[in-house]
Amino acid sequence: MESDTPLLEVRDLSVQFPSPHGWLTVVDKVSFNVGRNDIVCVVGESGSGKSVTMQAAVGLVQPKGGRIKSGSVRFDGQELVGMGNRQLNRIRGDAIGFIFQEPMSSLNPAYTVGEQIAEVVRRHRGLSRADAWKRAVEALDRVHIASAASRAAEYPHQFSGGMRQRVMIAMSIACDPKLLIADEPTTALDVTIQARILELLRELQRDSGMSVLFITHDLGVVADIARHVVVMYGAQVVESADVDNLFGAPRHPYTSGLLGAMPQVALERGHDPIAIPGTVAQAHSWPSGCRFNPRCIYREEGTCTTTAIPLEPIGGGLVRCARAAELQSTLGRAMVTA
Amino acid sequence: MSATTINAPAVALPPTSTFIQRFCRNRTAMVAAIILLAIVLIAVFAPYIAPHDPARSSLRAILKPPSAMYWFGSDDLGRDVASRLIFASRLSLVASLQAVAIALVIGMPLGLIAGYVGGWVDTIISRCNDALMSFPALILAVVIVGLMGPSLTNAMTAIGLVYAPRIMRVVRGSTLSVREEVYVRAARATGCSDTRIILRHVLPNVTGPLVVQATVLMGQALLAEAGLSFLGLGTQPPEASWGAMLGTAFPYMAESPVPTIAAGVVISVTVLCFNLIGDGIRDSVGRMRRSGD
Amino acid sequence: MSNKPCLRVENLHVSYDVGSTGFLGKRRKLHAVNDVSLEIGAGETLGLVGESGSGKSTAGLAILRLIDVASGTVRLGETDVAGATRSELRALRRRMQMVFQDPYSSLNPSMTIAQLLEEPLIIHADIPKDERKAMIGRMLESVGLHAGYAARYPHEFSGGQRQRIAIARAMMLHPELVVLDEPVSALDVSTQSQIMNLLKKIQGDSGTAFLLVAHDLSVVRLMSPRVAVMYLGEIVETGPSGRVYDQPAHPYTAALISAVPFPDPERQRRVNRIILGGDLPSPMSPPSGCRFRTRCPFVMDICSKEAPPKVAVEGGGLASCHLHAHGPKLGGRSLNDFIRDKQIVSAA
Repeated sequence: MESDTPLLEVRDLSVQFPSPHGWLTVVDKVSFNVGRNDIVCVVGESGSGKSVTMQAAVGLVQPKGGRIKSGSVRFDGQELVGMGNRQLNRIRGDAIGFIFQEPMSSLNPAYTVGEQIAEVVRRHRGLSRADAWKRAVEALDRVHIASAASRAAEYPHQFSGGMRQRVMIAMSIACDPKLLIADEPTTALDVTIQARILELLRELQRDSGMSVLFITHDLGVVADIARHVVVMYGAQVVESADVDNLFGAPRHPYTSGLLGAMPQVALERGHDPIAIPGTVAQAHSWPSGCRFNPRCIYREEGTCTTTAIPLEPIGGGLVRCARAAELQSTLGRAMVTA
Repeated sequence: MSATTINAPAVALPPTSTFIQRFCRNRTAMVAAIILLAIVLIAVFAPYIAPHDPARSSLRAILKPPSAMYWFGSDDLGRDVASRLIFASRLSLVASLQAVAIALVIGMPLGLIAGYVGGWVDTIISRCNDALMSFPALILAVVIVGLMGPSLTNAMTAIGLVYAPRIMRVVRGSTLSVREEVYVRAARATGCSDTRIILRHVLPNVTGPLVVQATVLMGQALLAEAGLSFLGLGTQPPEASWGAMLGTAFPYMAESPVPTIAAGVVISVTVLCFNLIGDGIRDSVGRMRRSGD
Repeated sequence: MSNKPCLRVENLHVSYDVGSTGFLGKRRKLHAVNDVSLEIGAGETLGLVGESGSGKSTAGLAILRLIDVASGTVRLGETDVAGATRSELRALRRRMQMVFQDPYSSLNPSMTIAQLLEEPLIIHADIPKDERKAMIGRMLESVGLHAGYAARYPHEFSGGQRQRIAIARAMMLHPELVVLDEPVSALDVSTQSQIMNLLKKIQGDSGTAFLLVAHDLSVVRLMSPRVAVMYLGEIVETGPSGRVYDQPAHPYTAALISAVPFPDPERQRRVNRIILGGDLPSPMSPPSGCRFRTRCPFVMDICSKEAPPKVAVEGGGLASCHLHAHGPKLGGRSLNDFIRDKQIVSAA
């Protein structure tokens, strides 16, 4: 039964981790949706809270000592926050698949890849050993591993880095998930391998109609794969828009700053990359007002530095900037292709 | 504005909890540390704390039960057990320290060399080490004392020799992993000599596990001293260590159990303190992790 | 290259002993760097680009003799580096330094910033203590950090700040050559450009030559006027970086450039990308003929038979590819037009 509600609906999610200085809020009232048959990218630098948001959504922060302070995560109509671990386990790996940055640490070196994929299928689908194995081979075939039947009987160390990531993807899609969460799946790979993995993810998404929640720090990857983009900075969503709008006319100075700092963009514009000054804001010392204000070249004393800035709709997207309306044309003009 | 580097603003540096802060949060280890500190203070200020002269015997007070006068009773020569325990703490602690110091002096350089140089040097040192470690420690100490003659210094030297391989093994293991760190390669790229790399870049980064091991060995050495003295191979009368006291009190256990129990409890508590502190240090040493998301 | 070379590398080979394969197998050698020659002028930057397994970092380490050189010559100015004895080498380190990729692991956590920066001075120069202190303060400010940070430990700093410290340490003795091994790839995007700009400024001030080892051609294009592209231990293309970036003459270079996604969704949908099939072959048994042929979308018969010749490319540089003499006979022209005609194409 397909309904009009989004597949994944994150509302005002706040996550805290303990520190010597009390609980630190590393995800602060984050809201976003992942629609059905959609690809959403959450983009941010280290410390932005992008990975924790994803982990919190599927109940993976508590084992690490964190806590969900408030908020709700609805997946396919079910509330995940507060759900017991046993129930969550039934959903994770089945209706929600995962891929992580480092495929080797997610695969058990002691079992063949076929056994590991079959194990996931058996746990969630209760298939017989033979059927599960068949399913595993099919999954490997879907991620274009040549002669899947024989390679299924090999161990993870017999695969190259890019191939291991394919195996991970095969494992995550073996149960036909409705949602695939990919946390920096290509960061550890070479660019030529990355290009193929992105191509593969796009193809799998198109063929199966599943949704993909893709977490990355690379705006190039975002432009390549996303349909909708959520930009995070300092534990908050600072901008959210369709991919064409976001790149065509970024509304937040951070988004436009990130683009301007990219070497390829600088080359295109024919000058040195424009660095964002300073360092990334950290959870123990959020600046007052806008969290990006100490690094922002458009900062206005008072407007940007005193009260917290709300996330407000503008031009079809959402942006958290007190000067968004007046900066609209300035930031738009700064783009490469306009 | 052209893209020149902008001076990094004076950002508030991230708070990282220090080793001390983390250790203080470990309640068990803190309690152990406080008890041990108290024992050390008692040892240092023994003459001011002890109610009696530990060496003075009184024929009228042989094997007395505990009383207001003699807290833990008196021994077979009519000496005050409490005072003797207080004074014995000096000998026991210093003896353990001596053993661990010897173990460190021998084990640490060998461990650093074996781990850093590797190859056949490592093979030779490690094999000798394995051979020594496959011997029961106390028996080995008994043999060494047997050869050198019974005295506390000899006994503790023997214990130190026996413990050196354990220090060596810990240091070698840590050195092996530190040697592969990028900053060691960076030091070589800077032009540091091997000696400098070992002393400035490797040694400071193996001290964590080393301190843990040394602390635990302090407890072990205390026990070994007690064992050897109990057997009459360590502390010689009229000096008193806890082990020696246990040894002299033990034959009278039936008539007067308190001195034996008191010595035993003091030894156990001190050893336990060392072990708990060692655990506490191990848990607190962990490298400051970078703040990822 | 204008002036006398600062670094000249000729026919550099580096190989590792790898354990025997299988039970009682024969000991085998892994040729990580195969016949690499390059030259860097004083105060110049050369980019060395490639992916993992290309041998670029190994080449950088071998040039500094941080790993053993199997054969070939490395000269820093007039001095022989490849043949230097241990003690000669330690003295040479004053003239050549290195900045590592990961600033989290390249700074000794138990030393303060002052101690880290002071160490090269203590080893190589006889400078009184208070003068050393002043030099450290000046160096910290020139890399954009407060002199007052000297008493702090590395873990108190962010990644970008640590990389500044690592750069400061490498520059303390004003070396002639610094090998930069992926100096920005471990950093956040917003910090990367800070470090790139800093490196350029420092080079302008000091006249130090850089060998920039990186996987990202756009970073190299921004940082260095010339580039060499490596694949499986060999240099496959060299030239002015503008020419190589805009008009690649080797299929691997073209693939490398087109694989990096551009932050413009419309362009990403539009462009013709070369997607390489297969995996990097094992360097223990490299393919015969051209090493890239197993993944090359334009592979021809000759590629497996003969090693490709070095062809002079229009606009400067050399490319080792048979396409210039056979098949389309590009004769030193860029691959761009050829690729557009071919309508590429992913080889699965």
